[in-house]
Amino acid sequence: MSVKYTEDHEWVSVEGDIATFGITDHAQEQLGELVFIELPEAGTELKKGGEAAVVESVKAASDVYAPVSGEVIETNSGLDSEPTKVNEDPEGSGWMIKIKLSDVSELDGMLDKEAYSKLIS
Amino acid sequence: MSETDQNSLLNTPLFDLHVKRGGRMVGFAGYSMPVQYPEGIVTEHTHTRAKAGLFDVSHMGQVFLKGENHAHVSSELEKLVPGDIAALKPGRIRYTQFTNADGGILDDLMVTRTFEDGTLFLVVNASRKDQDYRLLEDNLGSSVDIEKIENRALLALQGPQAENVLSALGTDLADMGFMTLRITEIAEIECWVSRSGYTGEDGFEISVKAEQATPLAEKLLAHEEVMACGLGARDSLRLEAGLCLYGNDIDETTSPIEAGLIWSISKRRRAEGGFPGANRIQKEIAEGAQRMRVGIKPDGKAPARAGVEITNLENEVIGQITSGGFGPSLGAPIAMGYVPSDYATVGTRLNLIVRGKSMSATVTDLPFIPNNFKR
Repeated sequence: MSVKYTEDHEWVSVEGDIATFGITDHAQEQLGELVFIELPEAGTELKKGGEAAVVESVKAASDVYAPVSGEVIETNSGLDSEPTKVNEDPEGSGWMIKIKLSDVSELDGMLDKEAYSKLIS
Repeated sequence: MSETDQNSLLNTPLFDLHVKRGGRMVGFAGYSMPVQYPEGIVTEHTHTRAKAGLFDVSHMGQVFLKGENHAHVSSELEKLVPGDIAALKPGRIRYTQFTNADGGILDDLMVTRTFEDGTLFLVVNASRKDQDYRLLEDNLGSSVDIEKIENRALLALQGPQAENVLSALGTDLADMGFMTLRITEIAEIECWVSRSGYTGEDGFEISVKAEQATPLAEKLLAHEEVMACGLGARDSLRLEAGLCLYGNDIDETTSPIEAGLIWSISKRRRAEGGFPGANRIQKEIAEGAQRMRVGIKPDGKAPARAGVEITNLENEVIGQITSGGFGPSLGAPIAMGYVPSDYATVGTRLNLIVRGKSMSATVTDLPFIPNNFKR
């Protein structure tokens, strides 16, 4: 299992053909305390780079893009009552969406941790 | 203005202090201003409601109008605003609006009658100050001098502990009433202190010489009850307090009556008129406006922001959200917008179209949280 990153500040972790993703620590820090998160329904088909979720702070709403394509199989229902989990543990209990990958090769060329760290430094 | 356009932005006298404290600087009305500090908007907001927050509002326009006496200068200004300026006593402050010939709002402002006979002190919105100065120059007689005050900063100390904070610095303002002015020293710095603000809390707006703004702010921030707060918290506080943001909730198309600002127009001015747009405004006072600004609470948790369409239960578009977001003190989304008067009654059910989905909502009383002004 390895974690990859996008230039739009999403992380994705893959096990077999299941990908779990959310926003990075850097992204949550930029957004500030989250007050609402809109997640897609199970069964929704997501396209790499397309809108997957919306995260809202006091100030603004921001889109979260799907790092890879696939069908939503589960979302983090805990975020409904506790959106700040994303602030506290963005790459752990603050995960957002699990999808069934439709094209594993989409992971090729994504940023690794080192390259992402460089991007945001 | 975008955040990347920092080079063309003006700085307030507190710019270095904001940067030093980790303020996230953004462009606002041509100025580089902190939208928040590392504590974050929610913390800054709730701290202000519980204790005291310090805001830099130096981007706002400060201006003197000087005439031979109060009767003269007030009658000149009353040609441009529906507020009762003539009735102001020395050291008293009034909220009013510049109106246009159609009864729309060109800006909203605070007018203080100073202790100098014939001198009024105005504070106007940063985003409108150039237009406001032009309006004054074009419309006031040559017998009134317009003096832009460009060498002073403006700080707002807001929250229930504001009075105690100033008292701890040796300035006792316990007997100062809401919407009054006092010229006094805070930490040996001469200040024009108004008991006013835009957060729904008790507090003070403090005009100070630019070069003394940072020392004053440092003194205030050294008090353990005071937290530096940015524009983000200022916006969420004023939204919970049901106060209008110029350019969002009021503009050249909205009248003071539609905006629910009828309380700012005295009996005499309602009867006499004599301000731009008096025809429309007097007609709306007599017959009611066709649409009204209302408070709106979405049923769910998703915030409905400015620009969101409001529909009735038959899915007809009846209005638009003008300000909306999340109220940290309420822990819930809140919004304001305009609806036809038939829909303005508290308790009326509406729908809001957020990202293409219809979400139910209810018209509610403003303010969303009770005001905590000095009685």
